[in-house]
Amino acid sequence: MKILVCVTSVPDTTTKIAFTDNNTRLNKAGVTFITGPYDDYALARAVELKEKTGASVTVLNVGEADTEPVIRKCLAIGADDAIRVNAEPTDAYFVAEQIAAIAQETSYDLILMGRESIDYNGGQVHGIVGEMLGIPSISPVMLLDIEGDTAQITREIEGGKESLEAKLPLVLGCQEPIAEWKIPNMRGIMTARTKPLKVVEPTGTDKLTTVDSYELPAPRGAVKMIPAEEAETLIQLLHNEAKVI
Amino acid sequence: MSVLIFAELDEGKIKKSSLEAIFYGAKVAEMTGTSATAIIAGPADDAELASAGRFGATKVLHATDPKLTEPNGMAYATVVAAAVQQEGSKVIVLAKSSLADAMTARLAGKLKAGLAANVIELPDLSNGFLVKTSIYTGKAFAHNELKADIKILAIRKNTITPEEKDGTAPVETFTPALNEADFAISVKNTEKSSGDILLPEADLVVSAGRGLKGPENWGIVEDLANALQAATACSKPVSDLDWRPHSEHVGQTGIKVSPNLYIACGISGAIQHLAGVNSSKVIVVINKDADAPFFKSADYGIVGDVFDILPRLTEAVKAL
Ligand SMILES: Cc1cc2nc3c(=O)[nH]c(=O)nc-3n(C[C@H](O)[C@H](O)[C@H](O)COP(=O)(O)OP(=O)(O)OC[C@H]3O[C@@H](n4cnc5c(N)ncnc54)[C@H](O)[C@@H]3O)c2cc1C
Ligand SMILES: Nc1ncnc2c1ncn2[C@@H]1O[C@H](COP(=O)(O)O)[C@@H](O)[C@H]1O
Repeated sequence: MKILVCVTSVPDTTTKIAFTDNNTRLNKAGVTFITGPYDDYALARAVELKEKTGASVTVLNVGEADTEPVIRKCLAIGADDAIRVNAEPTDAYFVAEQIAAIAQETSYDLILMGRESIDYNGGQVHGIVGEMLGIPSISPVMLLDIEGDTAQITREIEGGKESLEAKLPLVLGCQEPIAEWKIPNMRGIMTARTKPLKVVEPTGTDKLTTVDSYELPAPRGAVKMIPAEEAETLIQLLHNEAKVI
Repeated sequence: MSVLIFAELDEGKIKKSSLEAIFYGAKVAEMTGTSATAIIAGPADDAELASAGRFGATKVLHATDPKLTEPNGMAYATVVAAAVQQEGSKVIVLAKSSLADAMTARLAGKLKAGLAANVIELPDLSNGFLVKTSIYTGKAFAHNELKADIKILAIRKNTITPEEKDGTAPVETFTPALNEADFAISVKNTEKSSGDILLPEADLVVSAGRGLKGPENWGIVEDLANALQAATACSKPVSDLDWRPHSEHVGQTGIKVSPNLYIACGISGAIQHLAGVNSSKVIVVINKDADAPFFKSADYGIVGDVFDILPRLTEAVKAL
């Protein structure tokens, strides 16, 4: 079985976002980049499947050269090899096109992604890739088991969950508790250095969307504190002042 | 060249978030000098469908094929793509939801559409087609230019306040060719807590964290939620510990909510939690620690013990 895991390199979840160049670029100064938390679940499940069934795991990122530390970390966690498509990943359709092009070269049985990236939060790339390849896409996937060419899947739906069965190949957007996040060990880190990381150029399309500028939310006004002994007045304030109840 | 709105049903009724999408789509139609058509799949009666007119739709296409009874993102995308072709639509509007997410992506792939997810305002058409979206889980906004011929806007809850007017929209039955491959996934079992207010749709949310000490104490959270007719939510550790179902977990790695009121009980206010809730209109924080970071992001705060405060708030709501 061949598994492709698509990962993003994103600001650590504790990052205070700021912009530079007249609000046209993320200010990367002092920002630690990590594998997207949902992508980490996808990778962890892929590595478990590799340990169980001997599947091969390829990691794919569409990004510029500064994403390579994140890719190396994925190799250290257990992926066999990696591909980086050398491009700025700003548009979901564009990113999906790059992933679909790679997937068309090698036929993967499973393409695992995160439920959503935590920068653009689109939750879209998996569905677009599925459409481009003409195979089913399912997200957000909480449980995944493979037997032969059939996948047993639990997906979250609003207010509950759904068990599904589908034939491979599939594109899945993953979330917890599909697997536990994995931390690379020393041996993994050593071997990751020599695992193949291939860099390819993007296939040419114009981006369908571009970002003109960024903006930060306006800060909230000062908090109004209510003494605990007068807690009931909160309800009056929500009713008469804020008018939300 | 109409604006097409994909509206979702919940047990035969148009979802509230979809009514917002219809109103939003009608506004875009007005701005672009076109009309707004709603497309709805699955079983619903004509009176319900026609009510889309009260929110600005001038026509409703009803896809009635029994195969569409169960929500299916891939099949719905095929249906909407056919409607786009029939209507010559250039803009497609829908409300974000798990079904809509699955559908939008497949549709963008089919139509090579410019896609904006998490739209939070009406577009700015003064110079091209600009839409403002929420990114970095609510920590920032982007002004996106959509350059493709066909544009898809997935709007977040509370993007616009719908105004109702008199009127109904004519309903036309829509029977596009379905694609067998869209039904390749078989649903074996569905577990859904029915009757509850769905968290992503809720106007009011009562949320609780590790400060509640254990799942056996959730009664006081539920009592307040019931009195307010609010949905319940929780922090990540609470769902990780299985105190509450995963579908209640809000934050950066959970559900993102933007209700009118978010009441946080015994939640410290970690940046990852705030990320998923900070676009709520009004935030109330109840925490026994006056230094809890959440107070910095709150509109109203009470320093106190949830076991004392929550029952008193419930009584005060009942007395309103
Ligand atoms: C990659 C990543 C992603 C994450 N994603 C999320 C996410 O999506 N959502 C999320 O919530 N977290 C997320 N987290 C976890 C986050 O960092 C915090 O650990 C978490 O939000 C803390 O949950 P809590 O506030 O319930 O618990 P705690 O931090 O333990 O806070 C409990 C609070 O309750 C108060 N308290 C205790 N007893 C009482 C009482 N009797 N009355 C009143 N107050 C009381 C305490 O003062 C304290 O402030 C993520 C973390 C990481 C690393
Ligand atoms: N630049 C990228 N490179 C590789 N995979 C990506 C990229 N962007 C998104 N993905 C994958 O698609 C998923 C959904 O992303 P999004 O649609 O941006 O929310 C992510 O969790 C990744 O698995």
